Amino acid sequence: MNRLEALFSKKKQNILSIYYTAGYPALNDTLRIAEELEAAGADLLEIGFPYSDPVADGPVIQGSSKIALDNGMNLKLLFEQLKDLRSRVNIPVLLMGYVNPMLQFGVENFCRACKEVGVDGCIVPDLPMAEYERHYKTLFGSYDLCNIFLITPQTSEERIRKIDSLSRGFIYLLSSSATTGKNLDVSEDTEAYFSRIQSMNLKNPLMIGFGIHDRHTFKKTAAYASGAIIGSAFVKNIGEGKPVSDFIASITGT
Amino acid sequence: MQHNHKNMNYFVDEQGYYGDFGGAYIPEMLYPNVEELRANYLKIIADPGFRAEFDQLLKDYVGRPSPLYRAGRLSERYGANIFLKREDLNHTGAHKINNTIGQILMAERLGKKRIIAETGAGQHGVATATVCALRGLECVVYMGEIDIQRQAPNVARMKMLGAKVVPATSGSKTLKDATNEAMRDWINNPVDTHYIIGSVVGPHPYPDMVARFQSVISAETKKQLLEQTGSALPDFVLACVGGGSNAIGMFYHFLDDTAVKLVAVEAAGKGVRSGYSAATTLLGQEGVLHGSRSILMQTEDGQVVEPHSVSAGLDYPGIGPQHAHLFKTGRGEYVSITDEESLQAGLLLTQMEGIIPAIESAHALAYLEKMDLKTGQSVVVCLSGRGDKDMETYMKYFGL
Ligand SMILES: Cc1ncc(COP(=O)(O)O)c(C=O)c1O
Repeated sequence: MNRLEALFSKKKQNILSIYYTAGYPALNDTLRIAEELEAAGADLLEIGFPYSDPVADGPVIQGSSKIALDNGMNLKLLFEQLKDLRSRVNIPVLLMGYVNPMLQFGVENFCRACKEVGVDGCIVPDLPMAEYERHYKTLFGSYDLCNIFLITPQTSEERIRKIDSLSRGFIYLLSSSATTGKNLDVSEDTEAYFSRIQSMNLKNPLMIGFGIHDRHTFKKTAAYASGAIIGSAFVKNIGEGKPVSDFIASITGT
Repeated sequence: MQHNHKNMNYFVDEQGYYGDFGGAYIPEMLYPNVEELRANYLKIIADPGFRAEFDQLLKDYVGRPSPLYRAGRLSERYGANIFLKREDLNHTGAHKINNTIGQILMAERLGKKRIIAETGAGQHGVATATVCALRGLECVVYMGEIDIQRQAPNVARMKMLGAKVVPATSGSKTLKDATNEAMRDWINNPVDTHYIIGSVVGPHPYPDMVARFQSVISAETKKQLLEQTGSALPDFVLACVGGGSNAIGMFYHFLDDTAVKLVAVEAAGKGVRSGYSAATTLLGQEGVLHGSRSILMQTEDGQVVEPHSVSAGLDYPGIGPQHAHLFKTGRGEYVSITDEESLQAGLLLTQMEGIIPAIESAHALAYLEKMDLKTGQSVVVCLSGRGDKDMETYMKYFGL
């Protein structure tokens, strides 16, 4: 059991996961933000490694990715920055990004580096299940990394079952089919969809993400899962120079 | 370079791959739509009703077959038989419409109500807006902000055809970014929208589907060449490559005729080593862009490099996966031509044959100057489009 699995086995609700882009707003902010997030009460971190063509992202994360790249962020540097991760941060950490930078770094090198610095898994939206299963599943397993898959309101039941059988850690339930950063408005349809997935009794815990931007949407979505994920809203806040702890307090109400 | 092509397969396999290239590297949000297309496209294309409607529209609406014209004065100049496959004479002025006719019929059969597309030169955008007008479907075209400026006449045509043209303002503000925006639109509109991709790029089954629709170019060429010369097989076939759809269309029915040399002409921009180039096979490495594994221009960190070409239609950092396979196996020869060489070739064709070519197509023509042709040899050049949209660039360059 790695840190991620340990988290889900001990905490069953209101898990707060925060996404932010490595190297943003300033190149060396990556670890500082991780520490501040843990101190403020985040349970899980998703650190984005930036890509020039992030097709699943809306304007906020496109913007943070561009600035991070202009700042000089890349995977090699990110793993250097994360050398001290485990002496400073205890909560589980995932890396999130697109497949091409991983391919150029070398997928095995990537897995080894994750293991060395204490990263627990990754989320790679454009690495589909079929490719993962064919080429990388064994590799991820041998480095004890969890690969997190997404599901959307359009994902078929059969495919959800397949994803559940391949997953470790949790399943990332998208609040709607959308790019990141479109403010969620939890409608009846959305709640019906969450209930439908919840009642499938999957073996993996669920985390709901995309469009969650305040205390209200966090509470509302987290009620249908083990917790929820906030990305763009947090990135926007740190881009404006606001304190990490204020944002987390505004979500958790502490 | 000698290769044994006998046992090579140049077409897509069951998994959506061409050798090492292809696949469907898409986020889960796109999976239902791409999978629906994958599961149905071959059945739909094989359906006699689809076939009949497609052929009829190509004939009566597009004006096919496009002529295969033996360019007399060019032939004299190069000492060989130079044939031009006249895709420039198609309705809307380029080969792009062969694909959009096929895809609009496909979208209808899949029950889609809304069409999105990306465009570089605007030719694919115009061809998409045209078929949407023809069938009464809503149309949204994404186009890089820079391309909107350099291809103003096509922007006006799209608007007149009733399409909404949305500027892509991210990244290099050209074709790659317009493609990103179209993919984002599709993610946000997962139910009733079909994405008409304009070249042999994107996730499987797009490269194969677009290739099948464009393959009419080489099917006709073979027949016409046989009628005109007594042999269906030329010595060389030339085409320019942006994403590679006119080239695949031109190569398709010659792929297994290994005596025919296939030459793909990429845009060298200001020169391959200038930092302002779009010569993908020379400057690129294997990687994933826009949903398929192929060859693309990128940094060693895997960030996509912004390309440059005077021709908006070739200003793309990747090539379709089938091209990557033809390049890697050596079945195709991949060469490049600079901005300047292409503009000169455009002027040459205009003044020797009375045909103003698109600057994209002029890249293919320019390579004739570099070939060592022998008397009696024959070359077919795909004249993928006409130059109306490029008049401003020609005017500036030649001071017309
Ligand atoms: C006339 C013409 N030729 C060629 C191209 C390049 O596209 P492809 O490589 O897909 O044929 C374009 C693209 O816009 C075009 O307009």
